[in-house]
Amino acid sequence: MKESVGVDLTGLGRRFIEGLGGLCGFEERFHVKVDEGTGEGYGWVPTMRPIAKYIEYGVVNLDKPPGPTSHEVVAWVKRLLNVQKAGHGGTLEPPVF
Amino acid sequence: MHSSKEYVCVMQLHRHVAEEDLRRVLREFTGAIYQRPPLRSSVKRSVRRRNVYEIELLEYSGNMALMRVSCDAGTYMRKLCWDIGLMLGVGAHMRELRRIRTGPFTENLNLIRLQELSEAVYAWRSEGREDLIRRAIMPGEVLVCQMPKIVLRDTAVESIVNGAKLAAPGVAMVSNRVRKGELVALLTLKGELVAVGRSLMDYNEVLEASRGIVVEPVRVVLEPGLYPRAWKRGEQGRAP
Repeated sequence: MKESVGVDLTGLGRRFIEGLGGLCGFEERFHVKVDEGTGEGYGWVPTMRPIAKYIEYGVVNLDKPPGPTSHEVVAWVKRLLNVQKAGHGGTLEPPVF
Repeated sequence: MHSSKEYVCVMQLHRHVAEEDLRRVLREFTGAIYQRPPLRSSVKRSVRRRNVYEIELLEYSGNMALMRVSCDAGTYMRKLCWDIGLMLGVGAHMRELRRIRTGPFTENLNLIRLQELSEAVYAWRSEGREDLIRRAIMPGEVLVCQMPKIVLRDTAVESIVNGAKLAAPGVAMVSNRVRKGELVALLTLKGELVAVGRSLMDYNEVLEASRGIVVEPVRVVLEPGLYPRAWKRGEQGRAP
């Protein structure tokens, strides 16, 4: 991916990984087994995915209004975002609500 | 994912009871409880055991009780209210319910309304602005924030995606929370969720191992073809 050339992907990836637990109060420390970086030209730091991929691999913490069922809301969001797969409440089918 | 849930719920008692009686019964419904799913439910209606971790009585006035309940997934609040009423001998039913947490998703973690999501999509489709949508949607990786993590070397990624087990030489980093027999998230060095699996080692064993299977993946998430294949032709399915 041309846009990633020159960016410190290993550093950004490490920051993302180490910040993940903190999003939900999970404390952990990482130990390095093999001190190795990541290569350019494949994959993305999750926050830097191109927008279509970002949505495909995304989750929304949605404030569902009372009334419509979760199934109905999932169907709306699928159409809104034009994605094939969507689930809710913890399935790993992205996006998840 | 069978994550725990948290609710705020209004229960209407059919007759007034003393607050101390209510509190006593709420304590009885804390811990392991047995519940038969209600008539209108999407699961088999056999009695099941669920854990109620906490019931906090927030307000009690007239016949109305406002409570915060944290419990296992699959605990029915409507049923809980009904059973509390039964135990109190006066009857009760649920008036209102709001879920305030599913697993790691609290009301503080980037909660958005449908309206905001649709505005973000509009700004992106009609004006090409991505910032709103990137704020509304989070990377799916947040799903595993509460799971211990193992970070893969680039060369191990594609073989895991193709169904291989993770062997010790494929590990770049390991979290001190990794425990034998428990679920772990496998990430790339860039931070992408590759798979969720069951760890066969504690973290210190992972650090020291030079060979052997470390994790048996149970669910692959990353798409194939993103990372380079590091194994030779004719070796598909073998551990890296």
